[in-house]
Amino acid sequence: MNGSLAMVPQATDYLRVLPEIVLSIFGMAIMFADPLLKERPPRTLGTLALLGSLLALAATWVQAQYPGFAFWNMVRVDAFSVFFHFLIVAVTAVVILTSFEYMEVEGIRAGEYYGLILLGAVGMSLMSSAVELVLIFLALEISSIATYILAGFRRRAAISSEASLKYFLLGSFATAFFLYGVALMFGATGSTSIQVIGAALSSFEVPALAYAGIALMFVGLAFKVAAAPFHIWTPDVYEGAPAPVVGFMSTAPKAAVFAVLLRLMFEAHAPGRIGLIWVVAALSMTLGNLGALVQNNVKRLLAYSSIAHAGYLLVAFAAVPDSGIPAAMFYAASYAAMNVGAFAVVSHFSNAGERYVKIEDYSGLSSSSPLLAAILTVFLLSLIGIPITGGFIAKFYVFSAALQSNLVGLVILGVLNSAVAAYYYLRVIVVMYMREPRGEVPVSAVPAGMGAAMAVSLAATIYLGVLPGRVLDYAGRAVAEWLH
Amino acid sequence: MVPITTLHYLVVAAALFVLGVIGVLTRRNVIIVLMSIELILNAVNLNLVAFSRLWGLHGQVFAIFVITDAAAEAAVGLGILIAFFRNKETVNVDEVDLLKW
Repeated sequence: MNGSLAMVPQATDYLRVLPEIVLSIFGMAIMFADPLLKERPPRTLGTLALLGSLLALAATWVQAQYPGFAFWNMVRVDAFSVFFHFLIVAVTAVVILTSFEYMEVEGIRAGEYYGLILLGAVGMSLMSSAVELVLIFLALEISSIATYILAGFRRRAAISSEASLKYFLLGSFATAFFLYGVALMFGATGSTSIQVIGAALSSFEVPALAYAGIALMFVGLAFKVAAAPFHIWTPDVYEGAPAPVVGFMSTAPKAAVFAVLLRLMFEAHAPGRIGLIWVVAALSMTLGNLGALVQNNVKRLLAYSSIAHAGYLLVAFAAVPDSGIPAAMFYAASYAAMNVGAFAVVSHFSNAGERYVKIEDYSGLSSSSPLLAAILTVFLLSLIGIPITGGFIAKFYVFSAALQSNLVGLVILGVLNSAVAAYYYLRVIVVMYMREPRGEVPVSAVPAGMGAAMAVSLAATIYLGVLPGRVLDYAGRAVAEWLH
Repeated sequence: MVPITTLHYLVVAAALFVLGVIGVLTRRNVIIVLMSIELILNAVNLNLVAFSRLWGLHGQVFAIFVITDAAAEAAVGLGILIAFFRNKETVNVDEVDLLKW
């Protein structure tokens, strides 16, 4: 406890959470405007949300000019947190763009959809800059509760409300585990500040309570990133939830939770890190890829693929911090770019009531819509990890970080898994290019918003694959600034 | 009489935690599953308050946050359950079966 507790927050404190403030204001404004605007086209609120997310992106730049601690050491703004803020807010903007078409086709008029996306983004952004377990817990809940509701947004579809219920029950179960871990950690070290916990855990003998605390917190967070063996909910929820929402929740909240895990593992000096990560990463890669082999539904296939990708990303957590953390950051960014893009295509293609989500429905897409087929192919090749796409560079840096840390077994497992993964991604590409088109599947023209979303994700995927230097440099500097 | 120490509270909290986990895993009614999750959260609160004896007020303040969050979560959870019930007319976990792996 320091003397500053009695003081009022300074102006710089607010500047350091500016993106969160902007997102909250717009989120609440949309909630209030929705009932007042009942007769207007729903596009109005969507545009307002887009404006909010773009302003938040600008606010991230402002925030980056004021590195340091805010609100009595609860928030830490550094290059690391700015990186994740940028990623999360950019994903939010792209997902809002993909939602315009979906909302119209599905006939969902509720403005709170956009409000919840923005408020969820508040929680995710806050997670990446919080260095205090109480604040991390609150941010996690803000983001989780928003995504529970978003998953059930096709209210009339039984499958969607079922996805929402499953996600909610298992999600709050996982949160409870996380909280129990936090409580034990508080008991073991007497603090909820990651910095103080880190000092306590590295200075004297680690108490058994801290091991239990870390294990329980890890269970809770591993659930949120869909790492095996806590992944059972993923395919079901991804299949039932609206396609743009899946694009959102498979990237932004995951990136945020990975940011929390990175802080927890490396700054709090979590005991037993390597063994824990080794097992979870190996299981996630293997179970995710094996599960994906037998799927016929594209959303389920991408769900299993996201489990596998969580596994690849976790490999970087077992590496030494100086090469592992930048690799993990880069992986989170490139996975976000390609996965949001893939789900944009899936959501455009799925049509009213998400009727066309089977792999066979994609037959002959190359002749009925060559551009759409080409775009999806790029995202799938990036998910495989083919050179000149972001996915390749990301995998390369994760595996080379792991090799530098002598994790040969894990790397071999990862490379074998990538080979297995190529099969099911290529299967979709083969169906698109080598089968006759099925007449009954309509392919409508891509509207402007969706087109912009696809273009942004495509550009990001290629940029990260061809010119990864700037992003990697930034990540490397962020880690140097953070840990040294 | 044996004086009640922090350890006693921790044992009670751990027992509540285990009961909650068993409840979530074995009960078939969604409402009871929700109650079991609340039981785990209360175990957390008990832990936090007990540790406050050692480390100061921090834990008690945290417990208030947890209680508030539990209320928000319950509100959303029951809302989701009503949406689900309208579609399927059941609150039984066994009948949450449209999605299968």
